[in-house]
This record gives sequence, structure tokens and C-alpha cells, in this order.
Amino acid sequence: MSAQVTAKIQLAAVEKRFSSARGDEQIAVSQLDLDIQAGEFVCLVGPSGCGKTTLINMMAGFDRPSSGSVVIDGKTVTAPSPNHIMIFQDYGLYPWRTVLGNVLFGLQARGVPPAEAKGKALAALELVGLLQSIDKHPHELSGGMKQRVSIARALAVEPSVLFMDEPFAALDAFTRLHLQDEVLRIWTEKKPTVVFVTHDLDEAIALGQRVVLMAPNPGRIQRILDVKLPHPRERTDTDFAVFRKQLFEEFHLVHRQANQTAEYMI
Amino acid sequence: MAFGLKKLILPLITIAIFAAVWQLAAGKYPPEQFPGPTDVLKAIKELADSGVLWGHIGISLTRFGGAYLLAVTVAIPLGLFLGSFTRCHAAIDPLIQVLRPISPIAWFPLAVLWFGIGNAPAVFIIFLAAFYPVLLTTISAVRAVPKVYLMVATNFGAGSRMTFLRVIVPAAFPGIMVGLHIAVGTAWIHLVAGEMLGAQSGLGFMIVDARNFLRTDQIMAGMLLVGLLGLAIYKGMKAAESYIGRRWGIVA
Ligand SMILES: Nc1ncnc2c1ncn2[C@@H]1O[C@H](COP(=O)(O)OP(=O)(O)O)[C@@H](O)[C@H]1O
Ligand SMILES: [Mg+2]
Repeated sequence: MSAQVTAKIQLAAVEKRFSSARGDEQIAVSQLDLDIQAGEFVCLVGPSGCGKTTLINMMAGFDRPSSGSVVIDGKTVTAPSPNHIMIFQDYGLYPWRTVLGNVLFGLQARGVPPAEAKGKALAALELVGLLQSIDKHPHELSGGMKQRVSIARALAVEPSVLFMDEPFAALDAFTRLHLQDEVLRIWTEKKPTVVFVTHDLDEAIALGQRVVLMAPNPGRIQRILDVKLPHPRERTDTDFAVFRKQLFEEFHLVHRQANQTAEYMI
Repeated sequence: MAFGLKKLILPLITIAIFAAVWQLAAGKYPPEQFPGPTDVLKAIKELADSGVLWGHIGISLTRFGGAYLLAVTVAIPLGLFLGSFTRCHAAIDPLIQVLRPISPIAWFPLAVLWFGIGNAPAVFIIFLAAFYPVLLTTISAVRAVPKVYLMVATNFGAGSRMTFLRVIVPAAFPGIMVGLHIAVGTAWIHLVAGEMLGAQSGLGFMIVDARNFLRTDQIMAGMLLVGLLGLAIYKGMKAAESYIGRRWGIVA
């Protein structure tokens, strides 16, 4: 292997500007550089409005940067791809399809023969522990179960990258902890590259090999923290607390700066 | 027990009170002017025994069903198309907005001029009455399909055909159902109007015919039957809706 291993995902000077109805321009993401390695678990964390969704949407191909480049596997991202699946906070499940039907969707879209598709879908559902609910409709499931279905739907097509935009933000604390462990287990087993957006600092520390702290106005990277703790992490460990303290201090800095800018603008 | 009370006994009490008040009020006037419920029931029996009633009902239901189905088969595809293509919708919407407020009954003189007296004007009026609600609800149902559904479809690489048939159509379906439901009501109301104006048969014609012979009891018999059949159609629609709702995985 050469020393110059190219990263799986390369963001170079990525910028996204939105113009409001009044005509003034807002910079949602500004001149952002970031490399993510294959198989890495990266958390993007930051206060709401700092451009996390804008950034992950550009990586997933739902949106194009105003300038700069988003490159995955050496190719510029121009559109969403079944190789890079996004998990949404509100699941995006189809209510008229059963659990199995939802998981089959991606396989059907790729024209996988029915018998093979069913096998893959069942395997993915087994991985998230939902084999006993395959004939249920989404409205019969709890939020946590719905998110498992959408994770299974993603896993069924064996993507190399999983994008997750605040996937557990709508869930209760217990379900969230549980699903965090599940995602780690699946990641350890399948080793996809994971980009995980959250506004929960503890969640970021529990999951990420690297935690990218973002700051708003304009959206940018404030600090990248290498969380050198093996998975699974014990949330009560002293080492965990050390990283947690670092991240919180850095975060308070972001907050203070943000408030100062706000005061300045008033 | 509570179910029976709410669903059956309470409505029955209302109907009984209504009939009693009607009977009392009718007692104050001559039956040619204001017949009571017993007169009307007798008239229904008379019409049924002579056999004319079944002919009229059959014709009305056939016209209604035919015109309604025709409206639905035109309005749903057109609505799906206009809902999917924003530009076509922007181009055609003003025309729809101008035509829609024109009551289907206002089309009657033209309908008779173009199609002559008979089935066609009535069918045309029912068609119009059903067409707009289905068209407009279909357009808005397609436009209201959650963006995340479409993002998921593109993410998994679904083609435009699959996205349309397997995502947009089923996602819009509950909204379209609402339109179908509204259209049943408006179409049934306009059936009677259409038949009163331009037909020689059907329940609407039966009411006009009764008026020509000053048979007030038969006029009311016709009205009552229109109401009862309307209720039956509505109930059938409800049943179909909740069945489909269950199939669709939506709590009815
Ligand atoms: N489509 C859009 N049009 C205009 N402004 C937008 C749009 N999407 C996001 N923004 C703005 O960009 C900023 C970042 O938004 P977002 O990426 O959603 O932040 P986050 O996900 O971190 O909460 C916000 O100020 C938001 O108002
Ligand atoms: Mg967001």
C-alpha cells in the first residue's frame, strides 16, 4: 500500500450559498475541507443551523455545492447513488408497504430477482432484529422499530457509505441508546463508511472515531476530535468523560462565539 | 351494547321524531299540498307495484355509475399528469379555475343543444359534477407527496417509471380517495338535476312527471328515494374506503 491512500470521501473547499426571498445571500457551508477514510465512522455535530444537513445532503448527492467539490471513490458526486444510502430522521418509509415490502424496495429498484431480493431483505431484517414484524405496516411500529426498518432497507442493498442525518433525534433516550449500540454492532460487522449527523454531543462521543464539531454563521468546521477509544465504549468510563469534557468545552466556545455574533448583528 | 345504542338506537329515535313531526305538520294541510310520511310510503308502494319505480332506479343508477366512472377514468390520469408536471399545471390551472365555478347545471342548455334530450345531457352533467373534485384532489394529492418519499426513491436508484407507479401513485392514493368520495356526493346531487332537465326517465324525471300530474305524494316519494339511495351509495363508498385504507396500511 502506498503512503498516499486516497480518502473514501473528499470534501475540498465546499461552499453552499442560499439566497433568501429578500435577496440577501446566506452561507450555509463555507470553504469546508474534510477527508473521510473508507470504513471510518465520522460524526458531524453542532448546533442547529450550522449546516449539517446541507453538508450531508451534498455528500449524498441530493444537493450540489455552490463551489468546491465533493468526491467519493475518486468520482465527483453529482446525484444520489444506491451505493451511498441516506437514513432520514423521519424514516422515509412507505406506509402502504409492509416492513418486508419497504426493505424490498431498494432491491426491486435495482432489478434484483424476487427470490434473491427476498433472501437479502430477510437477512437485513434479521440483522436489525425485526424478523418477527415483517408483515406489519409502518404505522404499527414504534419510532425505534421504524428506524430499524429504514436501516435494514439501506443494508439490504449493501451500500459502501451510510449517511445518517439525526437518525435518532425523534426517539426517546432508552431507544436512542439501544439503537446507537445496534448501529455500532452493524458497523463493526459490515464496516461501511458512516457519516452520522447529530446535535447530541454524547451521541457523537459514543459513536464517532472522529467527531467533527461544526460552528454556524457561516457553517464551518470548528474542531476535529479523534476519539481514541475502542468500541463498544463504556459511557461511564473516565476516558469517555475526558473526551466528553473536551467536546463540551469546545462546544461552549462555539456557543459563546455564536452569541457574540448575534449580539453584534443586533 | 354501547355500540348498538350509538349506531342504531339514537339514529332510529331521531328518525322516529322526524317522522312524527312530519306527520303532525302534514295533518294541518290537504295531502295534495303536504302529504305525510304514510302517504309517501303508500306512494312508494304504488310505484313499486306498478313496476315503473324499478325502471327509473335502474336507469338512474346506470347513468350515475357510467358518468361517474367516465369522470374518474379521465380525471385521475389527467390529475396525476398535471400534479407531476409543474409547468403543465401552471399552464392549465387558470383554465381549470375559470371552468370549475360554472355549475354543471349552467351547461344544461348547451348540453341539450349538442346532445339532444335523452341520456347524454344527464350523463354530461354528472360527468362534470364528478370530474372537478377528482381532478383537483388528485393534483393536490400528487403535489403533497412527501419529499422524503421521492428522495428515498432516487437514492435507491428507482427509475421514473417505478417512482411514478410505485411511489407517487400509492402515496397520492389516500388523497385521491377523498376526491372520489366528494365526487360521489356532488355527482349524485346533479344526477337528479340532470334528469329533471333533460331526460325522459330516471328518478329525476319521475319527480318532474309526478309534478305534472300534481302527485305531491309521488314527488316526495322520489325525493325520499333519492336520499336513501344516496345514503346507500355513500355507505358503500365508506366501506370500500376503509377496506382500501386497511390494505394500504393506513389506519381508517
Ligand atoms: N433550501 C434552503 N434555502 C435557504 N436556506 C437554507 C436551505 N437549507 C438550509 N438553509 C439554511 O442553511 C443553514 C443551515 O441549515 P441546515 O443545514 O439545515 O442546518 P442543520 O442541519 O445543522 O440544523 C440554516 O441557516 C438554514 O436556514
Ligand atoms: Mg439538520
